[in-house]
Amino acid sequence: MDCGLWNNLWTVVCFQLLSETRDEMLCQICGKNEATVHFTEVVNNQVSELHLCEDCAQKKGLSIQPHFSIADLLVGLINLGITPPKVEEAGVKCKNCGLTYAQFGKIGRLGCGECYQAFQKGLVPLLRKIHGSIQHRGKFPKKGKRVLSRREEKPPSAVEKFKAELARVVEQEEFEKAASLRDKIRALEKKEQKEK
Amino acid sequence: MKFEDLINKSGEWLKGEGAYSEVVISSRIRLARNISKIPFPHWAKKTNRERILSLIQAAAVKCPSLKRGLFIRLDQLSLLDRQFLAERHLISHEQIRDNKERAVIIGEKEIAGVMINEEDHLRLQIIFSGLELQEAWRISNKIDGELEKNLDYAFSPKWGYLTACPTNTGTGLRASVLMHLPALAVSRDINRLLQAVAKLGLAVRGLYGEGTQATGNYFQISNQICLGRTEEELIENIDRVIKQIIEYEQNAKKVVLNKSRSEIHDKVFRALGILKNARLITSQETIGLLSTIRLGLALGIISEKEVERRKINELFIITQPAHLQKMGKKELNPMERDEKRALLIREKLAHI
Repeated sequence: MDCGLWNNLWTVVCFQLLSETRDEMLCQICGKNEATVHFTEVVNNQVSELHLCEDCAQKKGLSIQPHFSIADLLVGLINLGITPPKVEEAGVKCKNCGLTYAQFGKIGRLGCGECYQAFQKGLVPLLRKIHGSIQHRGKFPKKGKRVLSRREEKPPSAVEKFKAELARVVEQEEFEKAASLRDKIRALEKKEQKEK
Repeated sequence: MKFEDLINKSGEWLKGEGAYSEVVISSRIRLARNISKIPFPHWAKKTNRERILSLIQAAAVKCPSLKRGLFIRLDQLSLLDRQFLAERHLISHEQIRDNKERAVIIGEKEIAGVMINEEDHLRLQIIFSGLELQEAWRISNKIDGELEKNLDYAFSPKWGYLTACPTNTGTGLRASVLMHLPALAVSRDINRLLQAVAKLGLAVRGLYGEGTQATGNYFQISNQICLGRTEEELIENIDRVIKQIIEYEQNAKKVVLNKSRSEIHDKVFRALGILKNARLITSQETIGLLSTIRLGLALGIISEKEVERRKINELFIITQPAHLQKMGKKELNPMERDEKRALLIREKLAHI
């Protein structure tokens, strides 16, 4: 799985986490009290720090604000060109909730479940980047199946499931399992062709 | 159960029991779910967020595992009460400020919790003490099943559960384990270890989740990948890595004890000395010293008959600002809090 960028970013985070107990320092705003609230920000792999006393932090409304979030990271990921919002894509709008692809690029969050269908083109490569896969293999809601069949979406076929599994075992270098899966896929595909 | 009763008890996840509780504080499973077609909370209008609140509350009332829980609207709580809930890990830090049309359901013994209108419409979390991911998954799967009978989840057979942030798409499952790794931190191997963990597709964070720093050598390890694997595979993967880290930590403890026996003894008893005698203490210092006491417990320098692990785990939570103020029933400035905190710790450790 290609997750190089994530790893780099996370390494930076880890380094932050490792910074041991700090020497006593004074608040960077008032310069009087001891700094007890520490913020760390990662922007383009550059770490910047802010050390404040509790009073000043509260005045700035910072004391309870996290300094780093997945959504920020994701926005970075999109802006860094992993999924460049193509010009024709940027204007695509979700019919259900009105969010545009450009807006999604800006806030890093989708507007509703229907956005997934609307922004497919840009989302699929992004999902692959994040998860290393684009085929759900976990549980299905019991109620969801009924709703979905109305929408004419098919659950993955046996072949598709085997293919997803194949991708996974190859990634984990379990080649014996991969070979047996490949044979199963071939057999199934032959059978399907005959039936046609 | 009433809101004001929470202060007198502590969550089940702090009890210091369960598998590997020496190293693992707690195991948490979180499932992110959304209602089909309705915009996600950040993009929804007030009326839609209200609709979500009533839909989910109605479903929870019919759900055997949640119906006896406490349903609380966050916009009806004071800032202090919201801080109090965040310190107990029952709501996220974002929700302290962002509280309009948001709610939380707190199950018995604080094992199950539901956040409504946080990043997603519904976030179910199950927390257990010790390394108990499988059990936490079993319970969350059961509650999820009960809820889905009365809710239409946004779901696609291709992409799974559809969430506001594409990092949660698929299973919507985040398994996270809160670990205490003081020996590895002393030996400095932790740097390499955490880098390796990140390469395995797992994320490392501080005590209060996303965006917080690892004070007191507490680390939260969780999966980053949610799509393309079954829930069981995701949990097995993280469980395997956690068990390996536990082994490293236990080895590091032996090494530390062999190499620097007197330094470690000194450090532990000094920590105890400060905690038993301080008249003013900040929460940062408290967390550091309690972490050292926990190391002393793990190494057998202090016996568990003298200090229960549960008591130390609880002190981490009840010495935090909002807890101190709730207990004192009034607002306190930072200096008053440091005084109250020192007093509380002295009382709790008086018998040693």
